Amino acid sequence: MAYVLQSYKKIRQFFIEIGELSYFAMRYFKEALKPPWEFKELLRQCYHMGNRSLVLVGVTGFIIGLVLTLQSRPTLQEFGAVSWMPNMVGISIVREIGPVITALICAGRIASGIGAELGSMRVTEQIDAMEVSGTNPFKYLVVTRITATMLMLPLLVIFGDMIALYGSALVENLKGDVSFQLYFNTVFDALEFGDLIPATIKSFFFGFTIGLVGCYKGYYSKKGTAGVGIAANTAVVTASLLLFVVDFIAVFVSDIFFEL
Amino acid sequence: MEKQDYISEQIDSLDQREPVIEIRDLHKSFGDNHVLNGFSMTLYKGENLVVMGKSGSGKSVMIKCLVGLIQPDSGFLSVMGKEIKTLDRKTLDALRSDIGFLFQGSALYDSMTVRENLEFPMRRHKEKLGNIRDTTPLVLEALENVGLAHTVDLMPSELSGGMKRRVALARTLILKPKIILYDEPTSGLDPITSKEIIQLMGRVQKKYGTSSLIITHDVDCARVISERMVLLVEGKNYIEGSYTELSKSTDPKVEAFFKK
Ligand SMILES: Nc1ncnc2c1ncn2[C@@H]1O[C@H](COP(=O)(O)OP(=O)(O)OP(=O)(O)O)[C@@H](O)[C@H]1O
Ligand SMILES: [Mg+2]
Repeated sequence: MAYVLQSYKKIRQFFIEIGELSYFAMRYFKEALKPPWEFKELLRQCYHMGNRSLVLVGVTGFIIGLVLTLQSRPTLQEFGAVSWMPNMVGISIVREIGPVITALICAGRIASGIGAELGSMRVTEQIDAMEVSGTNPFKYLVVTRITATMLMLPLLVIFGDMIALYGSALVENLKGDVSFQLYFNTVFDALEFGDLIPATIKSFFFGFTIGLVGCYKGYYSKKGTAGVGIAANTAVVTASLLLFVVDFIAVFVSDIFFEL
Repeated sequence: MEKQDYISEQIDSLDQREPVIEIRDLHKSFGDNHVLNGFSMTLYKGENLVVMGKSGSGKSVMIKCLVGLIQPDSGFLSVMGKEIKTLDRKTLDALRSDIGFLFQGSALYDSMTVRENLEFPMRRHKEKLGNIRDTTPLVLEALENVGLAHTVDLMPSELSGGMKRRVALARTLILKPKIILYDEPTSGLDPITSKEIIQLMGRVQKKYGTSSLIITHDVDCARVISERMVLLVEGKNYIEGSYTELSKSTDPKVEAFFKK
């Protein structure tokens, strides 16, 4: 009985959170469309986020490209299809692996960062101080951050894709004597708009999800320093989970529109 | 007869000081936690009023209601003749620029320099300051008032607790507010620094002729600065009077505050 009650409470809490998150998202759109806009802060956030994740995304992308190619080589060789390597790696990276891995890394890096930053601002009354000094903290802190992640994530994904493809080309170059030019020519021939567009749109939504969850957790963080830790932590977990939900929906929708 | 009426009216008006803050029957609960249960209080123009109460008695909640940071459940709140809950965003912001709020933990924006911290309240109140371009003189004047002009380009993390409090006070004063709300201005400071802050508050009061509402549980602070005191006990204004009156009281609840 106690178990049932507990799981009932958990499920209830889950739906309450989904509701609050949707409300938060709606508030974002409402405030984002209304002047005054905080362009300077937006630029600062964009720079900040791109800068913070660039190296991490690059390194991960490089390794993923490298490993993916190394591990698929024996199988493709068995079928005498090594020349298909650029097509296979290119498409899987651009369509799925690049966006998802980049988004997951950013969830760890950006969502937790935002959660902790806004959380500590809430706890130390900095958000209240902004409110009384006539600046709308939702606009200044939340709208700028969500917009920045939304704009920066597609760029980071493209950057990560490029590095991953470079890693893959490097393997092919060393093991299979394929020139970089030939490799990239094959990749770009294989890629279609039906691969690029959905992937980019998907990255936008990934960015939105990361910014939204990070801001939501931080903005409503509980009092006390423990609250900041919880905000940062739950931001990463919730954002990562939601990313897969968004990914599922995105694949489903692009399947309809682009008949993959 | 008529003359008599006239004279008594004159005497009345002499006696009736102009109230700048009026709180009537304020109620606020968080779930089952009934924090304020009918608190009433008036702050008159040019006066230093100290509100004392135990930790967790709702002092911070009370002044946050005054500036609209927390919505009370019921009760009448008016600041300079304007009822808070009837105001729209714009009027509320204009009113807030006349109210200085010194937060309990200083609440300096820790991603900004001292200069940016002081400039922040001015960004939405340019007209009030006569549309000046260069804010540096104002920033320096405010910092000189608190004796910290040399810290203008430091980050808050480079300041000590007492310095932070003084910078926060400078930020509070930068829009030349008519009313200042101090939330425990001396909490967490050593006795000497506390004394400095208290002297600073006194100087500000003389220089700008502000009305101050001071929340504290520091008896020394109350003795030096208060003209009148209100004790907040169990969510109500328990007793009111001057420091000397209250410190002589034999009521155990009142005595508890003054015992060392
Ligand atoms: N946002 C909130 N949500 C829930 N409860 C709150 C909130 N803010 C304050 N409280 C509760 O209200 C009560 C009074 O809090 P408040 O911060 O006003 O105390 P205080 O008198 O300022 O104490 P202190 O001297 O420690 O600052 C506390 O029990 C606190 O838990
Ligand atoms: Mg308090």
